[in-house]
Amino acid sequence: MIASIVSSGVAIGCIYALIGITYNVMFSASRVFSFTAGTLGMLGGVLGSLFISRMGMPVAIGLLLALAGGAVLGIVTEIVAVRPVLKSLDQHLYVLSTLALALMVQQFTAIEWGTDARPFPRLFDISRDGLDQQFWLPMLACAAVIVGLELLYRHTLIGRAFLAIAEDSYAARALGLPERRLRMASYALAGVIGTLAGFAGGEMLLAYFANAPMLTFYGFVPVALGGMGNNRGAVVAGLLLGLFQQAANFLVGGVFASVAVFTVFIIVLLARPEGLAGASLQRRV
Amino acid sequence: MDQPATQFHPSRVKAAGAASPIAAALPYLALLLVGLAFPLFGGGYWGVIATRACIYWVLVSGLNLVVGFAGQIAIGWVALLTLGAYTTSVLVAGNVTPAFPPYLGLAVAAIVGAIFGLIVGLPALRLRTFYFAITTLGFATIVTQVALAWQSVTGGGVGVAGPVFPEPFDSQWSFYYFCFGLAAICTWMTANVAASRFGRALTAIRDAEVAAEASGIAKPALLAKVFMFSGAVAAVAGGLFASLQSYITPDAFTIDLSILFFIAILIGGRGSILGPLFGTILLTVLPEFAAPLVAWSTFLYAVLLLVIVLAIPGGIAEMLDFRNRRPLESDRAIVPRPDRLERLLGTAPDAGLLTLEQVALSFGGVRAIDGLDLEISPGQVHGLIGPNGSGKTTTLNVISGYYTQQSGAVRLNGADLPALARHRRAQMRIARTFQTPRIVGSASVLQNVMIGGTIDGQCSFVESLLALPRHRRDEARLRDTAMLALEAVGLERLAAVRADRLQHSELRFTEIARALMLRPAFLLLDEPAAGLSAEEIRRLGALLLAIARAGTGVLLVEHHADLIFDICHHVTVLNLGKILAAGTPAEIQSHREVVSAYLGG
Repeated sequence: MIASIVSSGVAIGCIYALIGITYNVMFSASRVFSFTAGTLGMLGGVLGSLFISRMGMPVAIGLLLALAGGAVLGIVTEIVAVRPVLKSLDQHLYVLSTLALALMVQQFTAIEWGTDARPFPRLFDISRDGLDQQFWLPMLACAAVIVGLELLYRHTLIGRAFLAIAEDSYAARALGLPERRLRMASYALAGVIGTLAGFAGGEMLLAYFANAPMLTFYGFVPVALGGMGNNRGAVVAGLLLGLFQQAANFLVGGVFASVAVFTVFIIVLLARPEGLAGASLQRRV
Repeated sequence: MDQPATQFHPSRVKAAGAASPIAAALPYLALLLVGLAFPLFGGGYWGVIATRACIYWVLVSGLNLVVGFAGQIAIGWVALLTLGAYTTSVLVAGNVTPAFPPYLGLAVAAIVGAIFGLIVGLPALRLRTFYFAITTLGFATIVTQVALAWQSVTGGGVGVAGPVFPEPFDSQWSFYYFCFGLAAICTWMTANVAASRFGRALTAIRDAEVAAEASGIAKPALLAKVFMFSGAVAAVAGGLFASLQSYITPDAFTIDLSILFFIAILIGGRGSILGPLFGTILLTVLPEFAAPLVAWSTFLYAVLLLVIVLAIPGGIAEMLDFRNRRPLESDRAIVPRPDRLERLLGTAPDAGLLTLEQVALSFGGVRAIDGLDLEISPGQVHGLIGPNGSGKTTTLNVISGYYTQQSGAVRLNGADLPALARHRRAQMRIARTFQTPRIVGSASVLQNVMIGGTIDGQCSFVESLLALPRHRRDEARLRDTAMLALEAVGLERLAAVRADRLQHSELRFTEIARALMLRPAFLLLDEPAAGLSAEEIRRLGALLLAIARAGTGVLLVEHHADLIFDICHHVTVLNLGKILAAGTPAEIQSHREVVSAYLGG
């Protein structure tokens, strides 16, 4: 039992962590949390199932198209829901505009795709003992994203430009960095990461429209606990969340696991509003 | 749907843009008549729709105080509806306890709703907007899951029968009148709160939180009351909803419903009662006219939400606000009338001295203030000048509790000021203004000034809900005092105008009027002359001198050296957090270092 708690816990934790990273990538570029993070994860599963199962495309093509779809949604988010309200951050309009966009995508999916959870194809036609692909795929995706982001941020010019924007967008703009294009690129990247999370976790989560609000919530928990914009914090907190949730699932049952996660989340947030790692002091006057 | 008891008093406010109470009440009266007469023309099915609209409004009216007034993004409020529906149904069905009479069940649901409203709402005190939105969303998901899983009580996916209300509310139309009556009462109660100091304090928390704190508004206590009220009416709505549905399952309470409530408020407009009321009716009825679109209704709501946020953030209420579109006079002068100060400020008891002793505070490695001594006496204007970054505003923020000094002491009449207790400064009659005016743009100038007198109100939240006599006395007194304060600073003619239509200089004087509402023993001003014309600065100077003459100690942080030397009794010059010089204006003007470093002589 412990083995299955650990394997499913780590796998689902990796998905949460990836959604957390999706939040973070968007946040770093714009200081905005977007409700579309979980929607991207949901789309990964739905698009994967659509392209591969229903349309019969090869796995690689289906993956690429799903990721491209995520990138498009990321860019649309930036253009439609983020850019117009960035100037009025005080009013927190972004909460509403990104919520509206997330709902639109979710409802569109519910109507066009259906409200039932549909199966996600098995990606590799292999069956051997050991860890099943539905568990190691999310882990692999998570590892790939972490390594990829690390390489991007440390070793490429565009990655450093991302960091510059995240650190101080005003100074970055003054230095001549094309802030708007970089922000769009960040949102596209976030879109890719979010859909990859849903794609890799497709077999566990299925192709189901209601995964959107679920991932929006559980994907935000690692961000809140790990600290805003802190990817390492998100991975650690995401894995802990996954393990805790699966353990509670096995021990006390699904509903009470949800209640337990929610309660722990609220308590930790109330005790440490800045997350377990990191602190910030805002000047208000 | 009664007219709120405390609208503008026409005999007192005849300035541009004032609404007469009758005109303000007309839409409510019209809705009341339509609602009462509805059974005459509506068919059976429309009766269900109308009843549903009333039930939704019972919930939305309460949520409106949370979202529209306090600005808290509570998107998961359907959870309270679910809770109320199940509490009432389960109690009345009697499958856990002995069966309750339906009305008693509804009352118990209200109490449960109030408790959970508080539990769901309280994180708002600690968490920023998105975090709070997510927690309410999470709560909504959890409640549905529990309803689904707790089969022995809720019937799980099979559901439970809703309560049937006994005579006289057992038929369709009598039940409609029951819901309509509750909706009317909710309208009346929330309109009362909106027009009370509590309503103004909520908008201050939403749009100008630091100003709310400086006016002595205790956010936790106020939000707790509003969340409890909102939770209680939402749960009552849930009980009615269960009865209307006659059978409830967890499927009935989707997040879509929550979004509907939330969007109704935003379409209506923040800080309005009538707007969200129309929004609720619109969103309830609209799908009935577009039957093929029913499946798309949530999608359309989302589109609507996006359009509103991007194109008309003010909602219906602002679109219909014709009064505030009439142009204001373009050449209006601010003519303060210091003779009003005596009546406004009265004879304050001697508050003693406000003293800073060896106060030091550093941010990281930067010593913002470094061993500062300062003494502000009643009846004197104390000038604080210095180059940018010399610690002037930091000093002000330490006194008003935004920062805590790392060493040294801030004392009022010999007693230490409590660290970080910002809203308690108002009780000690320490008022302040801000470098950038902190104003509720969507409220009138008069309402903004009345915010300053919040702590002088005596009635409780419940008294305001029910418009009891003490509430009316409070409002009348606050309005009179605020008009007096506006006359004193010279803005009485703009009293009824939306504050965001004012010029910058007028906002500065509005802030001073708001600060005067506290009858301050000490008034801290952060660059009040910035952006003012030479003539306005002269008038400001005369006003500040008159305020000091009335017994208030004034601490003036300013860059305009002329103003400082004209009106101050004592001047302290700061440089890099330390006192460079202190003395009378004459002494400072001849101080060699000050002249060369700062005054450019």
